[in-house]
Amino acid sequence: MTLNSHNPLALVAELTHRCPLHCVYCSNPLELQSRANELSTEVWSRVFQEAAAAGVLQVDFTGGEPLARPDIVDLVRSARAAGLYVSLITSGLPLDEAKLDSLVQSGLDHFQLSFQGAREETANDISGTKSHPHKLRVLQWLKRYRIGVTLNFVIHRRNIDELEEMLAIVEDSGAGCVEFASVQYYGWAFANRERLLPTRQQLDRCIELLNRAQERLRGKTRVLFVVPDYYAKFPKPCVGGWGRKLMLITPSGDALPCHAATVIPGLSFENVKNRSLLEIWDHSEAFQKFRGFDWMQEPCKSCDRREQDFGGCRCQALLLTGDACATDPVCSLAPQRPKVDAILAEINNPSASQPISIPSWLYRPNPA
Amino acid sequence: MTMEGNSRPRLAAGCRTGENNNQRMLLMPERALRLNGPSLEIVSRCDGQHTVAQIIAELQQIYSKAEPHKIEQDILGYLALLQKERALDFEL
Repeated sequence: MTLNSHNPLALVAELTHRCPLHCVYCSNPLELQSRANELSTEVWSRVFQEAAAAGVLQVDFTGGEPLARPDIVDLVRSARAAGLYVSLITSGLPLDEAKLDSLVQSGLDHFQLSFQGAREETANDISGTKSHPHKLRVLQWLKRYRIGVTLNFVIHRRNIDELEEMLAIVEDSGAGCVEFASVQYYGWAFANRERLLPTRQQLDRCIELLNRAQERLRGKTRVLFVVPDYYAKFPKPCVGGWGRKLMLITPSGDALPCHAATVIPGLSFENVKNRSLLEIWDHSEAFQKFRGFDWMQEPCKSCDRREQDFGGCRCQALLLTGDACATDPVCSLAPQRPKVDAILAEINNPSASQPISIPSWLYRPNPA
Repeated sequence: MTMEGNSRPRLAAGCRTGENNNQRMLLMPERALRLNGPSLEIVSRCDGQHTVAQIIAELQQIYSKAEPHKIEQDILGYLALLQKERALDFEL
């Protein structure tokens, strides 16, 4: 078999939905799976071998909090033995120095640590738990090892003005990469959107600061920024195109084309306990559904950009228009773009309409 | 950390080579590059031992039919790309 665009390249392994944090923008579905339904170590190990054989290069261990799995060190070892590049995407919370050492010895390639803010009070408010000081300790421990380190700051209205302080944390850490990832609005973030979406003024200042930081840190730290796509002119190429590059496995073993695919009505998902990864990739209804261009409506169908952005995000199309086949409404060419403009107008000109009544946070709970 | 003839490039933390279905790859956080022919020859010498000048000289020997100056320019261009991707450290 040769490497080509028909192979999955990245596997996202959602090892558990359990998490000590309760972030108000969590990308997990609103219906969380319980510990009793989680896949065993053995099934995950088989999945890693099947993934590598299918052409997958990299696996991202995520959750929930992947460190909540007592077998996390074994999982890292078996994914690495299968030939995969292993990333751990973590809050760093249930981590001590001995566990970090075991993870590195087992072949962990890349450690991605999430931050909810630069200041403790902000971070604790967003995550619904006291977590920030421990993350700073983890950053110090990481300096002892020669593994990839990425800091991930999830950006929104409440913390975007702390950007300079975030950059100070980054520079002190010596990390090879930092991602300033704006919240995108699905699941828990969709429910909390009114309090999370930044203003245009905040966003402009953020972009200016990050352009300068990119210059300053060139050759030391890659500085990446993901714009909140409500403010974009064209949609993001969500998951690199449906069923083109990425496969996500939920804690109970369902294979999904993207994090949020369960919100799309009528899609049925196959489980890795019943079928091989490659069979699911090639044949399952969920992966076929929006693969390629046949499902597209106008203006996507005849658009020159369809091979760049693949029509944008199906879940966002569903959430904002009620139709998962519609052009992603953040696209400036989309017939439903006015809906997004109305949301932005309300955020940016609150005095023009009713005064905004800000609802309180909807925190993500911990499943059983 | 600039790229000079006597500096010694080394794959940065979190970057390593790997193989998938007989294709050599440079694996990096969240991304990967295919390695073929000259790119594989270059990356396999980014070991903290070879200097940039040595890498250039060795590739000029391997590809002795190509114009030496062109090889030098291609190697410097490729190393600059890897540096921009944060895939290299340069040690003196």
